[in-house]
Amino acid sequence: MANFSTNEFKAGLKIMLDGEPCNILENEYVKPGKGQAFNRVKIRKLISGKVLEKTFRSGESVEGADVLDTELAYLYNDGEFYHFMNNETFEQIAADAKAVGENAKWLVENDVCTITLWNGNPIVVTPPNFVELEITETDPGLKGDTAGTGGKPATLTTGAVVRVPLFVQTGEVVKVDTRSGEYVSRAQK
Amino acid sequence: MSNRQYSAPDASVATLAKRAFFLSEIRAFFARQGVMEVETPLLCSAAGTDPHLQPFSTTFIGPDAAQGRTLYLQTSPEYAMKRLLVAGSGPIYQICKAFRNEEAGRVHNPEFTMLEWYRPGFDHFQLMDELDELVQTLLAVSSAERMTYQQAFVSYLSVDPLVATQSDLANVASKLGFDDWVHDEDADTLMHLLFSHHVEPNIGQTRPCFIYDFPASQAALARISANDPRVCERFELYFKGLELANGFHELSNADEQLRRFEQDNHKRRQAGKPELPIDEYFIAALRRGLSDCSGVAVGVDRLFMLQENAQQIRDVLAFSYYSC
Repeated sequence: MANFSTNEFKAGLKIMLDGEPCNILENEYVKPGKGQAFNRVKIRKLISGKVLEKTFRSGESVEGADVLDTELAYLYNDGEFYHFMNNETFEQIAADAKAVGENAKWLVENDVCTITLWNGNPIVVTPPNFVELEITETDPGLKGDTAGTGGKPATLTTGAVVRVPLFVQTGEVVKVDTRSGEYVSRAQK
Repeated sequence: MSNRQYSAPDASVATLAKRAFFLSEIRAFFARQGVMEVETPLLCSAAGTDPHLQPFSTTFIGPDAAQGRTLYLQTSPEYAMKRLLVAGSGPIYQICKAFRNEEAGRVHNPEFTMLEWYRPGFDHFQLMDELDELVQTLLAVSSAERMTYQQAFVSYLSVDPLVATQSDLANVASKLGFDDWVHDEDADTLMHLLFSHHVEPNIGQTRPCFIYDFPASQAALARISANDPRVCERFELYFKGLELANGFHELSNADEQLRRFEQDNHKRRQAGKPELPIDEYFIAALRRGLSDCSGVAVGVDRLFMLQENAQQIRDVLAFSYYSC
């Protein structure tokens, strides 16, 4: 993989740091009038998800990371691996539980997810921003309730628990924002 | 035929009108103080030798230079202005462009507007007073506070920069997470790193702050203090996270100046950077005799950013590096 000098740093560039592929989130050039110039960089480690700040000497080079985002449809979980397929080439890829992490609860069959590959291996699975899931269990709501009174917890088919308004019932399909884990609306039928 | 789309100026025309007024206020200030405006060359046969500043160079081809003559865009008008002082100009100021290669970012543009002035007979404290007055006039802020470099370091990093060794500084840097910096950097680079990350964000937040009496190793063109040879008579001004000004009680000893230039070139060689010609006109002027004086350079764009509450330098430039 190519090396990148600090002059090539910009948001979105993938570099290696401490043996882990990272995504540059922000890059600021800092030059005190009297000395060495720095690049102060905000970085997300792609495997651990940790966000950290790091200061490079301007002009320094770092190794690039062979990281690629692909759009793949979720197929199924065989108990150990989560299987995804490229809808155009029908090529399949299996991601382990570590790559899927907390996002397992937002995986819906046939939904197209973003799979981040490092050296060809899946390291991060990002579900679509919105998914639709059926409620398997929630307390019966009070009659006449409208939105905005705090709601109640509801368990979805994948095991995810979200707060829903009191009028939403077991068996209904709801739309959820996977980034915040919040209920958006009842699904359009 | 060009395919480029029309692109509006980076700063709005209304902002540029305010900038014009801002410049006229600076000129009015110096007219009241009895300081004369001068202009000196932007293209010179020698630029600053500071190992951390990289000048642009170009080639003049013409009369007396059929084979071409290397000229540099100046990184600061300092040498030429001191030649005017030696010629008896009295107090002078200049508003000009300065050029620095390799510098572009949120608060850097490779060419920027510099205000520089010199006061014969002033020491650095008197010049800080005058700069303070100018900043109060332009920005309607209260008087600046003052702190020595040593006080600032002790307050925010609990280490005395005047006695700390490279390994003391490396320990502090290591504790603050700069692990990969500590092995091969000299004490000054570690001080710059610590200062810019752990002192600068804490000083000059509500009113401007002067830092003065820098370590002697960072003297540049300042004289070494007669009272304490560990420090030099240099100051900088900070406000709201921006480094605004850099001033010196000026070194006037030609031999010492020449030694520092040669040392700069030595550091350049070590860092694998090209050596730069030494300004012989300037050295000759110092030999003629530069009387006791202080001088300061102020970043006009940054000062105006503060008036406008601008977050980046390009917001106050007609066309920044990114659009010219």
